[in-house]
Amino acid sequence: MTRLSRTFSELRRRGERALIPYFTAGDPSLGATRALVLEAARRGADVLELGIAFSDPLADGPVIQRASQRALATGVTLAQVLDLVREVRGEVRIPIVFLTYYNPVLAFGLKAFAHAAVEAGVDGVIVADLPPEEAGPLSTEGRAAGLDLIHLVAPTSPPDRMRLIARRSRGFIYVVSLTGVTGTRGTLPPDLVLYLRQLRAVTTKPICVGFGISTPEQVAAVAPHADGVIVGSAIVGLIEAHAGSERLVPEVGAFIAALKAPLRSRA
Amino acid sequence: MTATRAPRLPDANGHFGRFGGRFVPETLMAPLIELERAYRAARRDPAFRRRLQALLADYAGRPTPLTLARRLSERCGGALIYLKREDLCHTGAHKINNVLGQGLLAERMGKPRVIAETGAGQHGVATATAAALFGLECEVYMGSEDVERQSLNVFRMRLLGAKVIPVEAGSRTLKDAINEALRDWVTNVRTTYYLLGSAMGPHPYPMMVRDFHCVIGEEAKRQARGAFGRLPDYLVACVGGGSNAIGLFHPFIGDDKVRIVGVEAAGHGIGTGRHGASLSAGSVGVLHGSMSYVLQNDDGQIATAHSISAGLDYPGVGPEHSYYKDVGRFEYASVTDAEALEAFQALARLEGIMPALESAHAVAHAMRLAPTLSREQAIVVGLSGRGDKDVQVVARALQ
Repeated sequence: MTRLSRTFSELRRRGERALIPYFTAGDPSLGATRALVLEAARRGADVLELGIAFSDPLADGPVIQRASQRALATGVTLAQVLDLVREVRGEVRIPIVFLTYYNPVLAFGLKAFAHAAVEAGVDGVIVADLPPEEAGPLSTEGRAAGLDLIHLVAPTSPPDRMRLIARRSRGFIYVVSLTGVTGTRGTLPPDLVLYLRQLRAVTTKPICVGFGISTPEQVAAVAPHADGVIVGSAIVGLIEAHAGSERLVPEVGAFIAALKAPLRSRA
Repeated sequence: MTATRAPRLPDANGHFGRFGGRFVPETLMAPLIELERAYRAARRDPAFRRRLQALLADYAGRPTPLTLARRLSERCGGALIYLKREDLCHTGAHKINNVLGQGLLAERMGKPRVIAETGAGQHGVATATAAALFGLECEVYMGSEDVERQSLNVFRMRLLGAKVIPVEAGSRTLKDAINEALRDWVTNVRTTYYLLGSAMGPHPYPMMVRDFHCVIGEEAKRQARGAFGRLPDYLVACVGGGSNAIGLFHPFIGDDKVRIVGVEAAGHGIGTGRHGASLSAGSVGVLHGSMSYVLQNDDGQIATAHSISAGLDYPGVGPEHSYYKDVGRFEYASVTDAEALEAFQALARLEGIMPALESAHAVAHAMRLAPTLSREQAIVVGLSGRGDKDVQVVARALQ
């Protein structure tokens, strides 16, 4: 059993939902990311999503674009983020997944990446610009190494694609809540619940929802219909606001605790 | 004459060998599949084809002439240089061929809004023109550095009723304009048609844009037979994304005796790292939805391109060019900023034709090539656009 499947089955057993916070690795520094990872795990994160910055993040809104630029400006590389994961693995038990674009993975080498990731303690990878049609080579290497390739489903995916993605996705299914790029939104899309029900009808795999979810209230609204909630831009915005301050880690930790609260079992 | 059949490319998933494909967020997959279906249906529809042909003739001004550059050829010595005059198209560049085709398609698909990216501004002007003609709302993304160096085209787009959105991200050039256009499309995909301007991006764009530009090569083939009774020995065209080049080249792929040369921007020189020569100096990667040659570092981060010509200032290239480079059917050369400027002036003074700086790269290579050939040989140069837009840039560079 993989760390991801164990995590989701334990959460299901307890009637809980997963909180999946996102950090761009190296924003504002790898040292800060390390501290944030440890704090997030301590304050209630169930899975961690670490962004590997790419120069041309076309699925991202301005907040994560700026984080990517800050990370790249420090010279962070995929190899360094793998080292970071290897270092924290002694202290952090929860699953860690990478979120990136295809080109940095391709440049690293698909086979080398899959093996290095697993060896470092990475559980899965989400590639924002790799739909199932193009994912064959990475999926093959991932399976051989034991790295889950997590696919995304979007509101524009018709039923046949939804089924294809549900079948191919490993670890969990990443539901893009809205038609757009990453970033905070005032309200959730009105048809989100219907869309999650449709997906639930075709799969038993864990369903995690991201894009545009930024407050504990929004997390609470999504929670009954999903197995996990992914929060990115709201956290990255907080990191941007507190970068370089000693308040950075406690502020982000408190926010993560607040986001997790509505996901705990209502016993 | 030996003529091997050109392979039927791309395949069903948009691949040219290992290149091309659809490397996009899932949100765009269904819309891209829908676009491909709509395009294939339109291509089969005689009414669509008739309308497009009529527009190309009566609105864009096709066919464009094939002009013998007599004084330039004499100056160079050797082969005769012919110019395929896309600069004489309405809006001043080949870009109109594609926007009329895609504009008709947007109308047919019932999309009220079109968006586009632009580098030099030529595709933006062409898109704004088509949007005005078809009554569509139009927004054009343009890197803020390009907005500055191509201010005349910015003003033209605005006069045509389009909104120009300067992009401040990244290198503030074409690459970033494409990112921003894709983000807009991801957000507004239900109502918006993305009118991509080069033979690049995710499938079906490389195929569709190529098809709309093949009229260049088809005319050139006919005109060459009329002018000198046979096919040319060489075709030469500039390659940024590669749309004018693939349009000129594609109808000749099966004509083995015709040598085909794409000319990339060497900028300050390939050795300086400040250039736009993805095919000559790049490596295989994924940028803007397709696999192709790109300029990148060892970590897969995309490099900043450089060229004096905004239209060639791009770190990627259309996937079909990468394919024909790998199989050896197309050759690629590169031309520096300085050589392009010289060619710009030579063509102006010897022929009374001011080429776009993009096209001046092709002219410069033809000027290098001609003296190595004989008087009986012929080179056809794709003169993709006119140079009016570049007068300020050239004036500044010559000071």
